[in-house]
Amino acid sequence: MDKTPQTLPRQSWTFSNEINSEIRRAAATGIYDIRGGGAKRRVPHFDDLLFLGASISRYPLEGYREKCDTSVTLGTRFAKKPIELKIPITIAGMSFGALSANAKEALGRGATAAGTSTTTGDGGMTDEERGHSEKLVYQYLPSRYGMNPDDLRRADAIEVVVGQGAKPGGGGMLLGQKITDRVARMRNLPKGIDQRSACRHPDWTGPDDLEIKILEIREITNWEKPIYIKIGGARPYYDTALAVKAGADVVVLDGMQGGTAATQDVFIEHVGQPTLACIRPAVKALQDLGMHREVQLVVSGGIRSGADVAKALALGADAVAIGTAALIALGDNDPRWEEEYQKLGSTTGAYDDWHEGRDPAGITTQDPELMQRLDPVMAGRRLRNYLSVMTLECQTLARACGKSHVHNLEPEDLCALTIEAAAMAGVPLAGSSWIPGQSGF
Amino acid sequence: MQTIDMASTELRQLNSTLQAQSKEIVESDWVIENTRGAHALAVGLDAPINVTIKGSTGYYCAGMNKQANVHVTGSVGPGVAENMISGSVTVEGDASQYAGATGHGGLLNIKGNASSRCGISMKGIDIVVHGNIGHMSAFMAQSGNLVVLGNAGDALGDSLYEARLFVRGEVKSLGADCIEKEMRPEHMEFLADILKRAGADARPAEFRRYGSARKLYNFNVDHADEY
Repeated sequence: MDKTPQTLPRQSWTFSNEINSEIRRAAATGIYDIRGGGAKRRVPHFDDLLFLGASISRYPLEGYREKCDTSVTLGTRFAKKPIELKIPITIAGMSFGALSANAKEALGRGATAAGTSTTTGDGGMTDEERGHSEKLVYQYLPSRYGMNPDDLRRADAIEVVVGQGAKPGGGGMLLGQKITDRVARMRNLPKGIDQRSACRHPDWTGPDDLEIKILEIREITNWEKPIYIKIGGARPYYDTALAVKAGADVVVLDGMQGGTAATQDVFIEHVGQPTLACIRPAVKALQDLGMHREVQLVVSGGIRSGADVAKALALGADAVAIGTAALIALGDNDPRWEEEYQKLGSTTGAYDDWHEGRDPAGITTQDPELMQRLDPVMAGRRLRNYLSVMTLECQTLARACGKSHVHNLEPEDLCALTIEAAAMAGVPLAGSSWIPGQSGF
Repeated sequence: MQTIDMASTELRQLNSTLQAQSKEIVESDWVIENTRGAHALAVGLDAPINVTIKGSTGYYCAGMNKQANVHVTGSVGPGVAENMISGSVTVEGDASQYAGATGHGGLLNIKGNASSRCGISMKGIDIVVHGNIGHMSAFMAQSGNLVVLGNAGDALGDSLYEARLFVRGEVKSLGADCIEKEMRPEHMEFLADILKRAGADARPAEFRRYGSARKLYNFNVDHADEY
């Protein structure tokens, strides 16, 4: 033997190439990484649950013949005019500013065609999205950019945003390169400067104040509009209970996989709980208060398919909201733009520098040339198709479990593939009757 | 003049009656009695009417006001005239926290003192406080004018944008990116006008002006220690 055998080079799990690249980036720039989207880390999710389907004791419904209702009504507690949706899937709040006008129009078109609602964001309501959204939820945010009583009154519902899953406890930042004349005018700030969105509301603190704030909003809008309260997945049991106490018609619960336009990566990946872990505590809070189904629960954060929808409903949600998935349906991160993603130092599926305003797909940008790449009519059609597929999938699963309405799905229809998912979802580990934390060790 | 007695009137009925004036003004002058510190009085108005509230109020009095002139003879709770669009709100007594928060326009005239966070996130409103204001006032104030005849508490104008702050008395401390600025002729002219409109007994030359240094408008890591 003329050569000593060598061990293969061993990469560190702790100091992986990905981690090392971030250390080098931080050392070179002196600033934390900012990006869009939600948590990318692997966390227990709906994939870790399975439906049991029908059996001798559960009778299925005929998949192509027997009715399985998908309608949902939001805002039945106090509002004079609750929102009637044909499907249990809504479009989550995303701002004009973070998104292009064409993207907002496409969301409105797709949602309207599917019979559901879309939602404004941190930047006020545009005429385009109002015009193209048959049912529009108007977000009431800490920044109050563009907030005015006329838009409150022309909304179909009002969503008081307390937090979001990507950053419970954090505000927002729209960087100067996306602040065009129109965005600046709507937000009453100079063009080209970074626009901070505060992390808490300027004129109320705590649930007692919030109750009075909601009273004021109801008085301004003649008690017509459903009032949603959106919370991030931080302390879902107590936050849901306090939202109910404050007078919410609807609680919107956003887990850590829920997206944002721009936030520190460390915030997105390290604050908040997975969506799967949030649902049962929120439902329990509603049940403990006798408000389950009286106050509706909308769940968001990583919903991708009809299976995810069905599982969220089975755990007790009344509806779900999608954001990231809706953008992908419009054309975000599409392989057709791979060459341009490469030029931006990214690749299809990983592009998340939405805050920079250079989105090749023309969605998370205010650049006039890039915006034109997104045809709002075609993109709206794609969104409608996607919503239709999700709904059909959800119905398929519900029928298999013998349910004539998707709201009849229940935890007893589910089992979990992992101990973690079983504990979080409060359903038995597959092949057993064991629910960790509930039925002994 | 029409009088509404809150001892025998529901809040919904009061606001509904006043809000209905936006469609047709059946009465220009209204008096509200026996408020007993109620919240959300005279909110969402949108007509050039005069509303006098006798006594003191709770939270969000005259919230989101448009066009109306609301006059409170007592003191007001948190968030008076929050998000006001136009018109005027006058308070004879003191104001609690967040007075004029996020207001877009109109004049908020407080004859007494205002508590903390007066003018927080203001977006074009003019606020005159004849007494003192509390800490963190004009936090993240975007535009408009805050005129204070008395003193200002800690961290005045923290992280503010283009709002203009005028203080006659002492400022305990300035917040991040807030600096004293030169008083130019246009500022003296503006002050003379707004002091007259507010019925304030003060001369423009007695005030100092504060505004944004604009150093934090675009994030720069070298400024991180200034927050």
